[in-house]
Amino acid sequence: MTPPLEPDDESYTPRLIRSYTITAGRTATTVDLAMEATLRLQAGAEAPVLTPSAAQVLEVCDRRSVAEVSALTKMPIGVTRVLLGDLIEQGLVRIQATITEKTSTDERLELIERTLRGLRNY
Amino acid sequence: MDFETTKAQRAAASTKIVIAGGFGVGKSTLVGAVSEIDPLRTEALVTNESEGVDDLAAVPTKATTTVAMDFGRLTLAEDLVLYLFGTPGQRRFWFMWDDLCRGAIGAIVLVDVARLDESFSPLDYFESKGIPFIVAVNEFDGVPRYPAEEIAAALALPADVPIISLDARDREQAKGALVKITEYALMRLRESLTVNAN
Repeated sequence: MTPPLEPDDESYTPRLIRSYTITAGRTATTVDLAMEATLRLQAGAEAPVLTPSAAQVLEVCDRRSVAEVSALTKMPIGVTRVLLGDLIEQGLVRIQATITEKTSTDERLELIERTLRGLRNY
Repeated sequence: MDFETTKAQRAAASTKIVIAGGFGVGKSTLVGAVSEIDPLRTEALVTNESEGVDDLAAVPTKATTTVAMDFGRLTLAEDLVLYLFGTPGQRRFWFMWDDLCRGAIGAIVLVDVARLDESFSPLDYFESKGIPFIVAVNEFDGVPRYPAEEIAAALALPADVPIISLDARDREQAKGALVKITEYALMRLRESLTVNAN
């Protein structure tokens, strides 16, 4: 069960200190998270007790991108990435594929072709 | 191993195109014209005059600021979403560009003919990174129109870089620019395959 969200009663300042608090001082994540990467809730995963910030991220992330989660939770992109990295490592969330340095040319071609078809019909 | 499942899982579910250009040239307008949602804003924390990438690496004793990035979203198919990211204009925020551009299909450099010099830096950036880009001249009302060749010459564009003009407020024209950059990126990728095959 996801614990209820607490009201966002913290002001934005001092944001940096707040950011450190939310991420327990961490600045990097072991998971590579592109801005546009889409997140999916992992089916059947039981959520442990999470911090209010992590719970808030979990609440909004399904079928949204890293950038959207950051925008909707009003957390800086770096903080969002750290929290999402935790949720992924806990098996609660997974990321869907995007283009990376490891993407093969065939996969890249296929994606650009799909994008072009989609745009023409948009 | 179930190949089809693996292939479906590997297929990208989202991608992005970057919208660059000088301050006030119409990047947010273009994003807003085609996005299916009201454009959203994400922020990164940066240290003063930071050359570092890590927004949280800033220590509290240093002056900090935030850099905002606006973006929009287009659902192109059940299994494919395209994001449009506007780049932060000021040069000191360029370290964010690598993050924004990594994995992008390509970029649209919006140009205001009255301030051509503001597009030099973005053009240099995409050229040096090998990221496919097109130039889109945003034709504000009352702005004199120059032939594309003159603008291309003034910007010292490589010969094959497409140059178009548009009204960034117009959904169809903005969409046309997205189609153009995607076609160009596709062409470039196919060309690279031909070159490698020979």
